[in-house]
Amino acid sequence: MPQFQKKTQITRIERFSSDIVRLTLDSPDIASVAKPGQFVMVRTGNGKDPLLRRPFSISQTSNRKHFQILFKVVGRGTSLLSHCREGEFLSVLGPLGTGFTVDCQRMNCLVGGGMGIAPLLFLGKTLSRTCPENRPLVVVGARSKDELEPMVNDFNEIGLTVHPATDDGSLGHHGLVTDVLKKLDLREDSEIFVCGPHLMMMAVHFFCEERRYSCQVSMETSMACGMGACLGCIVPVKSGAYAHACSDGPVFDSKELLWQVK
Amino acid sequence: MASEVSSIDLRVSIGSLKLKNPVMTASGTFGYAREFEPYVNLHRLGAVVVKGISLEPRFGNPPPRIVETSCGMLNAIGLENVGVDRFISEKMVTLRQVNVPVFVNILGDTLDEYREIANRLADVEGISGIEVNISCPNVKKGGVAFGTDPEMAAAVTTVVKKSSTVPVMVKLSPNVTDITVIARAVEDAGADAVSLINTLIGMAIDHRSRKPALANVIGGLSGPAIKPVALRMVYQVAQAVSVPVIGVGGIETAEDVLEFMLAGATAVQIGTANFVNPRASEEAVEGLAHYVATERMGSIREMIGGLVLP
Ligand SMILES: Cc1cc2nc3c(=O)[nH]c(=O)nc-3n(C[C@H](O)[C@H](O)[C@H](O)COP(=O)(O)OP(=O)(O)OC[C@H]3O[C@@H](n4cnc5c(N)ncnc54)[C@H](O)[C@@H]3O)c2cc1C
Ligand SMILES: Cc1cc2nc3c(=O)[nH]c(=O)nc-3n(C[C@H](O)[C@H](O)[C@H](O)COP(=O)(O)O)c2cc1C
Ligand code: FES
Repeated sequence: MPQFQKKTQITRIERFSSDIVRLTLDSPDIASVAKPGQFVMVRTGNGKDPLLRRPFSISQTSNRKHFQILFKVVGRGTSLLSHCREGEFLSVLGPLGTGFTVDCQRMNCLVGGGMGIAPLLFLGKTLSRTCPENRPLVVVGARSKDELEPMVNDFNEIGLTVHPATDDGSLGHHGLVTDVLKKLDLREDSEIFVCGPHLMMMAVHFFCEERRYSCQVSMETSMACGMGACLGCIVPVKSGAYAHACSDGPVFDSKELLWQVK
Repeated sequence: MASEVSSIDLRVSIGSLKLKNPVMTASGTFGYAREFEPYVNLHRLGAVVVKGISLEPRFGNPPPRIVETSCGMLNAIGLENVGVDRFISEKMVTLRQVNVPVFVNILGDTLDEYREIANRLADVEGISGIEVNISCPNVKKGGVAFGTDPEMAAAVTTVVKKSSTVPVMVKLSPNVTDITVIARAVEDAGADAVSLINTLIGMAIDHRSRKPALANVIGGLSGPAIKPVALRMVYQVAQAVSVPVIGVGGIETAEDVLEFMLAGATAVQIGTANFVNPRASEEAVEGLAHYVATERMGSIREMIGGLVLP
């Protein structure tokens, strides 16, 4: 699997809200081989503090030349990134991890919460291109309309119908994405792709288990290297051992994982 | 650059083993080397040291296992590894295809375990050296780390040395009052080299959740934050022993390597820096070659212990 370490130029910065930012990065190497569900490790500065790279899902690619990351400012690294300017260069490693497995014959349904929507945009785009006869359903949720609307628009642009949910009711269903998911008319052979907060993914997993749907989850853990070297990024699996989110994942069949409240 | 590097003398020796340059990678930070193939020309490194291997496979500690701290990181991986048998049947097969000397880092809970691992590795083709991690608790001695007691450290060295046919390098723990005492003890017990430092025990707390940042509560500190401590310990140990000293701790660039060599290191290992810059090790080799060329030095070995005191 090709992987690159590149200085990539920021060609565009979009600020969706005070703390949600999307960067478009110029990297033909990464953009032309990346698959939905894969991620990159980004250096947020040039100094020794913060030291480690930060992981971000590849949220879209375009023309085999650019790719985007979409993130929320939660700490020092993301804050530094949010202050970057167009034309600046970022050191990026990627594409990393396994990515989603898709099957055009199934009824595909994307379920995203908060920044977990990032990789689903890429997946939605790929599915609508590779399975034009069978467009995926999309259910996404966030705190409020300002956070969610830009992403809903992106899905609409590629011709996908979106079922939104917000915590404050400012867009779509007032409540959880899982409420929306449960009301959808899903076929027996459904495949659910989910990325978002841990508790949301756990709820979707149990819902899928009950209905016998397949379910692929993208897991978030702390990561130092992103490439299988530090063994820091573990997720507990049913056999009692651990899997490594960066190299065995971040996408897993939800049945393989041991689900527990963190 | 490539041809320039090969004509410049960066060679160093660790016991009977000749390395083409002093840059090695540190155990637990470079996987089994193949992970770095997309980024590094592995054959250009002095040597690689693989993740610590125990007799039986270990799952390691629960998450979270790592947390970033100022200019460094804490880890409590808990020595997760595939165990010596799978290491030999799987990992060594691919490692043999990489044209670079391989040190196998070993660890155990008891002297017998160290002996048994060393025995199983003894006839395996493609191993250039053994690095003995003595920072592990001795379960038969109430969990006191082997590396904190000169007698236990010497005992481990003796059993591994007896079972090994390749040079044995003992990796010292910095979590001791006087590291030179341990260094001398393992030298007397037959160590061909010492490497230092392993991680410094530390802790991080999240005041909001009031919880420790690591599930294991405490962990090992590494990265640029520990470099001054590592440099001081290398300097002291290099004066206390006559076997080669391998410097480890916060090394990222060729300049860092030169500093450790001035303090008395014959070679170095690059650890945490591999996570930040996977090319760090190869770039350090290039930087050393450049330095030797521009300073018109006969060999990089002139740097070893060359510190100019005030
Ligand atoms: C495979 C993968 C893909 C990811 N994709 C995205 C993405 O597309 N968009 C996005 O916004 N984020 C994504 N993340 C999470 C992102 O990596 C973290 O938000 C980021 O590392 C935080 O860095 P920081 O320096 O700003 O925060 P820090 O200063 O490191 O931490 C600030 C606070 O955030 C918490 N935190 C840090 N990392 C995480 C995490 N991984 N999950 C939950 N809480 C965390 C810390 O505990 C702390 O309370 C992804 C993570 C992984 C593992
Ligand atoms: C994630 C991680 C795993 C490590 N695993 C091992 C190990 O298995 N055996 C060992 O002897 N040292 C291990 N170490 C210690 C390093 O080899 C090295 O001694 C230490 O990190 C200091 O060097 P650095 O600051 O360059 O990282 C590990 C360090 C890290 C960060
Ligand atoms: S992040 Fe280092 S092994 Fe996964």
